[in-house]
Amino acid sequence: MNKAKSMPFLRPNWLLLISVLVALLLALPVMVILTNVLTGQANVWQHLIDTVLADYISSSLILMLGVGAGSLLLGVPTAWLTSVCRFPGHKWLAWALLLPLAVPAYIIAYTYTGLLDFAGPVQSLIRDLTGLSYGEYWFFEVRSLAGAIVMLSLVLYPYVYLMARAAFLEQSANTLEVSRSLGYSHTRSFFKLALPLARPAIVAGVTLALMETLADYGTVKYFGVTSFTTGIMRTFNGFGDAAAASQLASVLLLFVTFLILMERYSRRRISYHSSGIRKASNRKIELTRQQGILAACVCFLPVLFGFIVPALQLLYWAIFSAQSIDAAFFKLAWNSLYLAALAALIAVLLALVLAYASRLNKRPTVQASVTVAGLGYALPGTIIAIGIIIPFAWLDHQIIAWVKQAFEVRLGLILSGTLFALLFAYTVRFMAVSLGAVQSGLGKITPSLDAAGRSLGYKPLDVLRKIHVPLLKSSVLTALLIVFVDVLKELPATLILRPFNFNTLAVRAFELASDERLADAAPASLMIVLVGLAPVILLSRSIGSVKTH
Amino acid sequence: MSDMTSLPPSQMLTDLSIENVAVVYDDKSIIEGIDFQLSAGQIGCLLGPSGCGKSTLLRAIAGFEQIATGSIALDAQTLSEPGFVVNPENRNIGMVFQDVALFPHLTISQNIEFGIQSWNKSDRQERTRHLLSLVGLSGYEQRYPDSLSGGQQQRIALARAIAPKPKLLLMDEPFSGLDAKLREELVPDVRAILLAEKMSAILVSHDQMEAFAMADQIAVMSEGQIHQLASAYQIYHKPATRFVASFIGHGDLLPSKVCGPNCVVSDLGEITGQTDHGFSADQEIDLLIRPDDILHDDDSEFTGEIVSKWFRGSHFLYRVRLASGKVVYCFASSHHDHSIGQSIGLSVNLDHLVLFPRDA
Repeated sequence: MNKAKSMPFLRPNWLLLISVLVALLLALPVMVILTNVLTGQANVWQHLIDTVLADYISSSLILMLGVGAGSLLLGVPTAWLTSVCRFPGHKWLAWALLLPLAVPAYIIAYTYTGLLDFAGPVQSLIRDLTGLSYGEYWFFEVRSLAGAIVMLSLVLYPYVYLMARAAFLEQSANTLEVSRSLGYSHTRSFFKLALPLARPAIVAGVTLALMETLADYGTVKYFGVTSFTTGIMRTFNGFGDAAAASQLASVLLLFVTFLILMERYSRRRISYHSSGIRKASNRKIELTRQQGILAACVCFLPVLFGFIVPALQLLYWAIFSAQSIDAAFFKLAWNSLYLAALAALIAVLLALVLAYASRLNKRPTVQASVTVAGLGYALPGTIIAIGIIIPFAWLDHQIIAWVKQAFEVRLGLILSGTLFALLFAYTVRFMAVSLGAVQSGLGKITPSLDAAGRSLGYKPLDVLRKIHVPLLKSSVLTALLIVFVDVLKELPATLILRPFNFNTLAVRAFELASDERLADAAPASLMIVLVGLAPVILLSRSIGSVKTH
Repeated sequence: MSDMTSLPPSQMLTDLSIENVAVVYDDKSIIEGIDFQLSAGQIGCLLGPSGCGKSTLLRAIAGFEQIATGSIALDAQTLSEPGFVVNPENRNIGMVFQDVALFPHLTISQNIEFGIQSWNKSDRQERTRHLLSLVGLSGYEQRYPDSLSGGQQQRIALARAIAPKPKLLLMDEPFSGLDAKLREELVPDVRAILLAEKMSAILVSHDQMEAFAMADQIAVMSEGQIHQLASAYQIYHKPATRFVASFIGHGDLLPSKVCGPNCVVSDLGEITGQTDHGFSADQEIDLLIRPDDILHDDDSEFTGEIVSKWFRGSHFLYRVRLASGKVVYCFASSHHDHSIGQSIGLSVNLDHLVLFPRDA
């Protein structure tokens, strides 16, 4: 009964203190938004309701509905085919289907705009072939709400694919064979058994994709779609109205909270639905030649349009704008890399502290603190940025006023508009990612491993060095890598919080694309996509068929 | 409540000495008033249902829990007192864990050598070679733990724990993760290995057959206290408390009345023991009856009705309802095949009476 209890003399109270402090700090942005709602002026609300709110809500809802449907359509059939059936290229496609994860939505958005707009190669080809000219034919308008839905679905379906695939793999072949033996065909087994069993996992995957949809700023802004994120930015940047911006953010927060609850709920149900037998079955359905070709096509299309086409287009542009890779570009790359590296280090260090605190101190306060610290993953960057800039600007004004009065010295901004604010935002946003990786690694080091080390004559610090460090190494590296890449891709929070004249690859790519200099944006975008491939490769190795060792 | 008085004085000279130990979490006693002794070279067992505090006691001996009262001493050296703890790494006490706890990033030989890094290389290798042959896994030096079966892993865990030649080995439910067949195979092996290494050891278990097969001395624990510390034979035939009587083996408590200094009367007539039981005349008491104490006897004047039965090959085990409605176990040889509902004659074969005063 006390096996889970850790050594009492390794349970110092400072771990409690630190974890509570970290949690409070990371919860600051949300608390600021919420207090702004409670103390906000009624007339601001009334104004928002009268003007933009209905518009934002309806377009965000349509966006969510569309991306939900799109990611289901792309994610579920591919997941089922690659996990249950055998057809030409099924192994290769199983990991290739993850590749679109490496492409940020705003990059795929402007890539397709370049491909499909009036002057683009596709429409030019149509005009050349048919002899029609502008206005004489109908063509899909990419820069629209529908276009945004397609773009977001193309890069976000892997969340659904990953969760659904894991669920399908976990369903033992026996379950399906039982259903066959009871007279169900493959198709009926899929709809009556496989799909319902995988439903909680699929719902969890969709909610993840929807969280990303709500958080997206680059795509909707570029396509001119009114949504919460563009609205918040416009209110904040255009009108400088922090109160209205944070009130809009609070409505967005409501959406996010609903998604978090839905995700939590379905995750709980995943454990009820799993059979407990975790051995992946290698008995697969052999498809006929025609079925196999069809299946391969179905699985190849998302890879083609979600990764290959945009990547080739970017490569083509990058080659033609290679002369734009100059000192300024390297400065940009360096800014992005050290910012991402710094943020990754901070997030992982804090994650280690929190993970050890929750391991060594089982008090509810500590456990709750760790949970709170991990909540930021669901928050759109815009919310976090607004929630940081309001208190930081206030603090700065207080400090500047005080220093001016006391020392008659004029100070610049200390917190807001500095890298500190940016790093803080990244930590809030990506804490959960590093915490998850570190905790899963630490979870494998059972308390009895510690006890075994102690009873074999090692002091606590030596146990840490000889047992924990080697066993934790790979999870810590994974955490570093994932946070690094996420920071590199991050757009809205960087746009709001970056210091004056400080640019990153993501910001520059977005700015150039917004100025219709698509080709010039390609080198930066391509670099983001290439770096983004690293965690995807890591992920694809972990979902690979059977683990060795 | 311990049964120390029944041990001969020579065995009182012990290596491990635990006196009046209590462990307290958040003002709640997990174990209390624990007295326990173990002689050099002996194997002891802490036996009890889950939640009885046996693992806590083991972790206190290992130095992972602080004690609130009493003392723990090994070889006359104090290890734990209230406010004083010799750290686990300085106790020279080995430990084997329920979940094996082999280091997954180290090979088998690196695991075994983990606790003997201070030895010189040839001694280390010699020790590892010796231990691997002792546990029957020679040639596994370069393998990693997850390439081994559960039973093999537990053997390596044992080898790793005894490699530094600890003064005492603690084993926390080491066999509970294994299937029944493997357990039956491993338990005698482990006992033989410990005897070969002349290692004192304490085993924590909830399985009495495991305790009987391994231990010289068994401490039966319940709700944080030791009810009896004695040999397997003693705790089966002379349980010190009602709890021990009911926890160890099958048995029933038969309401009886004292009819003489060495005799009681019950549903099954007058039963006379060889020694005085010490209860006063006409006192209401309970008599412990084991299945092998009641025999099927057609000539007996006492009968009971069969409620259920199990065929065990060499014998039948019956549940029989007596005249008073009390149900008891009864052994019968395998050709006495009676059907449920039938009445059979019963006689008692007891020469040591185990009696408990009736609860108020």
